[in-house]
Parts: sequence; C-alpha cells; structure tokens
Amino acid sequence: MAGITTEHLVKEYPGGVRGVDGLDVEINDGEFFALLGPSGCGKTTLLRTIAGLEKATDGKIRIGGKDVTNLEPGRRHIAMVFQDYALFPHMTVEDNVAYPLKIQKVGKQDRRARAKEVATSLAFDALMKRRPAQLSGGQQQRVALARAIASNPDVFLFDEPLSNLDARLRLEARTFLKRLQLDLGVTTVFVTHDQAEALALADRIAIMKSGKLQQIGSPREVFHRPANTFVASFIGSTPMNLVEGTVDGSTVLIAGTPVPLPSSAVDHVIDGQKVTWGARPEYLQLHAGTQPYGLPGTVTVSENLGAAMLVSIEVGDHLLKVIVNEDIEPDLGTQVWIASEPHRTLLFDEDGARIAAPSEQISHPQTLLANKDSAITA
Amino acid sequence: MTSLKVEKTSSAAERESKNGLATPAVRKFLGRIGTTVFVALVLAFFAIPILWLVFAPFDAHPSMNVKLPEFTLKNFAVLFGDSSALSSLRNSVVLAAGTMVIVLIFGSIASYALSRVRIPGREFLLYSLLLLSSIITGTAAMVPIFLLMVRLNLIDSQLGVILVLSAGMLPTVIFILKDFMDSTPKSYEESARLYGAKPLRILWDVVIPIARPGLATISVWAVVQVWGNFLMPFILLTSPDKTPAAVIMYTFYTQGGQPNLALISAFSLVFSFPVILMYFFVSRRYGFRFHGGIKS
Repeated sequence: MAGITTEHLVKEYPGGVRGVDGLDVEINDGEFFALLGPSGCGKTTLLRTIAGLEKATDGKIRIGGKDVTNLEPGRRHIAMVFQDYALFPHMTVEDNVAYPLKIQKVGKQDRRARAKEVATSLAFDALMKRRPAQLSGGQQQRVALARAIASNPDVFLFDEPLSNLDARLRLEARTFLKRLQLDLGVTTVFVTHDQAEALALADRIAIMKSGKLQQIGSPREVFHRPANTFVASFIGSTPMNLVEGTVDGSTVLIAGTPVPLPSSAVDHVIDGQKVTWGARPEYLQLHAGTQPYGLPGTVTVSENLGAAMLVSIEVGDHLLKVIVNEDIEPDLGTQVWIASEPHRTLLFDEDGARIAAPSEQISHPQTLLANKDSAITA
Repeated sequence: MTSLKVEKTSSAAERESKNGLATPAVRKFLGRIGTTVFVALVLAFFAIPILWLVFAPFDAHPSMNVKLPEFTLKNFAVLFGDSSALSSLRNSVVLAAGTMVIVLIFGSIASYALSRVRIPGREFLLYSLLLLSSIITGTAAMVPIFLLMVRLNLIDSQLGVILVLSAGMLPTVIFILKDFMDSTPKSYEESARLYGAKPLRILWDVVIPIARPGLATISVWAVVQVWGNFLMPFILLTSPDKTPAAVIMYTFYTQGGQPNLALISAFSLVFSFPVILMYFFVSRRYGFRFHGGIKS
C-alpha cells in the first residue's frame, strides 16, 4: 500500500511536445484516483511515467514516500492493466495469472495455488486451461486484473480499463471494478476519457488538458464547482450551458435579459464586468408563461433521452440546452421561458476561471495557475 | 473450381450454338483448350526432371532420358554399401543443423534489438546489409572468404563452413524476423517488464513464442540453403570424411570417367528426401505455405 506523489513532473517528447507539463499531484494511500481528459491531454503519458515505461524529463515521482523517478518499472511494485489487456496469447489463463510470480521466482506449486486463489475470487477458475483467444472480452479483462492482483502490488494502474467492452458489459464491469477496489484497498490510478466513468468510479478526479492540470477534486466537487469553463464543459453527460453576459447589480445581463447573479459570485464581481454564466441543463426549468428573471427563447430541437427530454432553445444568439421531464414535450417553434436558481448556477471571469470566495475554492493551488494558461481556449 | 467453370461454359456454348449464336462461344471454347494445352506443356517441361528423379533410381540401366524403369533396387544397394555416401549425409545434417542453430540464436536477438531500439539510420543499415549480402554472393566473395578462413585457421573445419554460411544468411534472416518482432504488440513486453522481467527474459518468454511461425520459416529456409550449398563446403573442406552430400555427388564417376548415373540418381532421391519431409512436417505443424521461401 502506498500513496503516489509527483513533484513538478515533466515529460517532454523529442520535438519539444510536453505530454506532462509540470504536474504536482498527490494521490492518497488506498484511493481510487481518475485521470480524466480529452484524447491527447497527457493522461496516459502521466500514467506511463508513473509506471516507469516513460522516463520523466524533469521532476520527481514518489511511491510510498520512496523516490522512484529513476527506478526500473519492475522494481516499483506496481501492476498495470493495459487497454488491450496484454495477455500473452501463447500461455494458458493459469500461466498468464502466474507469470508475475514466475518472474519473482516463486515455486511452481505456490504459483499455481496463488493463481487458483485469485481466479476463484474473480470467479473464472473454470477457465484456467484456456487460451486468452478463447475468452470473451469481459473474461479477458478479469484475467488481466487477476494477473495484476497476483503480483501483490502497492499500486494498480489501469489504462482505459473499460473502453474495450461493449456498452452493457461496461456498466457491469464498472460496478465490479469499484467493488474490487474497495475490497482490496490498493491505491489505484486509472485513465479515462469518459467523464461518466470517472464520476462513477473515482474517489477523486484529476482533469487534464494539454499536459496541464485543470482541477483535482471529488466527483461532487468537479461536477458542482468546476474550477474553469473547460472543466465545466467537460464534466456532465450534457455539457454545461456557458453564455457570455455582463454583471448588472444583483443580476447578469444575457442577451439583454437579467438573470439572478449566481450566489457563489455575490460580492466578488463589479458592475459592468464581462463574465460567462454557466448553468447545467439539468438545473434549468422550462415555463410556458413569463417568469421573473426568466430567459425568453424559442424551442428549436428536442431530443428524447428516454426518461427525459433534451430541449435546445434559442435565446438571442445563444443556444441553451435544458433537460425536462419526459411528460413535457414542447412543440418546436413555441416561445418558452427558462428559469434558473442562483445557487445552481456559476459565474466565470473573462479568463475562464470560476468566480467564488477563495475559501470556497476547494481546488488545488496549481489550478489557478493552469487556468491562466488555458484562458484563450476556454 | 476451374473445371466446374469450364463445364459451365461449354454447356452454355452448346446451348448458344443451338440458338445460332455459335461463333463467339466456340471461339471462347477453343481458346480455353489452347490455354489448357499450353499450361500442360509448361507443366510437363518442369515435371520431366522430377520424373527422372523418381524413375531413374529404380532403373537397371539409368540414362539421361525419362523412361519407365526396368525395376530394380540394386542402385540403392550399391549406395548403402558406399560408406562415403552415408557419412556425407551425416555431414550435411551437421552443417545444416549447426547453421540453423546459429542463425536462429543470432538472428532473433539481433532482429529483436533492431526492432525495439531506435538508432539513427536503422532502416538504411538493414537495407544495405540485405542488398550487399545478396549482391556479394558466394562466387564473388570466394577468394576473400578463403583467405580469411586460412588466417583464422578454419580451413577443413565444419565449424568454419557453418560460420561462413550463417554469416551469409543472417542479413536476410534479420530482415525477415524483424518484421515478426515488429508485429508483436509492445504492451506484451511492457506488461512483462512491469513485473520485473529483463530484456532476454522477455525475448524468451513472450516475443519468441509469438514469433514462432517466423522462426520456423527461417529454420526450414536455413536448412534448405545449407543442404543444397555446393560452393562453400567444396572450397573450405578438403578431407573427404567431412564433405557433405552436395559435394560428394560430384565425385560419383565410373572407372571409365563417365558419371555414375546409377549411383547419382539413387543418391539424388535420398538426398532430396529429408528436405521434402521437413517441408511437410513444418507445414502441418505451423500451417503456413511457402512461396519461394517467404511466409505467405
């Protein structure tokens, strides 16, 4: 068991591209930690650098308090599950699971016993004599997990562990993975580009963009109090509505209409300040008649989500999305009013960073620096 | 498949001729006959030497012609009575096996390294090795190789022949094996590396088992190359008890100075047998086909 700390970690590829750019991350002992971001954000590079498969250009990595920056991957007491599982096709399931122990020079009898034990706990002991090619995707994943568990590591590293499974199996595997991690209590770092997966599995999530950290926090924190507009639009199954506006007293003017100032931003803005107003589609209400502080707009598209409807509404030049109950299906072209609640909306400054009291900023200090760099795209 | 098609077309031609559309269909039919005859002639041309190889050893009076034999096994009796013929086969096996082992060991290690380590000019190195080794073949390199072997004191030594033959084959072997090594997913090795396996261990445990069809191809190819090689053992070996089969055949003459066809034909058949057997064994075991020695 061990926590992981990175200190100003940099991984630069030949040609000057920085996959990981000055990261300070602290992963606690026993934590289920997600690295989340769009493809090419450096999350896999970070994972591989922690594993030792990539050599850090600068900075330090500690596992369990021990500096492992220049240590061979095989001596870091870690186990990694690859995206393609990397099961050896010429070995049986049993030999695959026992392989780490073979390298550790454990005797044949003990190896077999341990493989059997792990396989039984993951419920695939009937498949021991098969080859990986004779297994389904879900079974292969279990074998890959079992191989990682069999080596008794201090840390698990998972590279997109669920992305090779079909949608239904993925949900099942997700629950399985979470229970397994709770049972074992081993520090686990996993990489994903799927925000729903990260929210569902992780104790804490680090959101990355272009090699830089955007925010670290619990799923609840990153969902409700995103540090900047990038995190706000990345987290959530439907992205947050982000609309430009101007502060006017206790309201924000959006397309000429005032909406209530988000409560977290009260006292931290000045009149006439240019801001971005953010509201999740789930937290907006649709009304057929006029509302005080309601945004008037026209229904342009409505998409069925099963138990709910995703309605797109044109407000001035902006397109806002609202999730409504399945029973309300507004006709296209009708005039509606969108109501918002001050404590369910957020305000971002011109650089994209969230406006809130410093005490309430739960995010990592690094975040504020990172925000400035990402301001242009936000 | 083809014969089925021919039948179909011919029956179609008959039907069409009844309808008065004969000319193009008949022409097509005759064209097919022409092609078939041509192909049969070409096949016969290549089949005749093989037929000679099968018939002549069993002929009481073998000649250079292909004819149905006056059946006898006397030629084989003579062959197996000749101790130099049998020991030459043993020598061939030693040379072939030795070369195969050296080529497999060095070829797999070198191709693995070249596949995994990025060095500047790697592709250039590989291609120039391949090109040079195929341009400078036995005859051109004959004299320098002989001088080198004299200096190394490896003349009339089977080890010397094995080393020279291995060196000549290694560029091609590395080139082919590198392809197999390249196609082994990196994650397999990384996975083994994370559990603490060292490079040679990874090569042995993971890469070689996956590249096994490639290694089998190389083995067969190396054996066939050595088995049929005449020049190098002819130059480098002097004592008759070390000469391999391909060279000993050169000494089968009658007292009258004529080639001893009885002995040559019987020996040829015995000589070609191991290679054919090996082909069937490897083909059955690994399920791949040969196209000029390269994996399909």
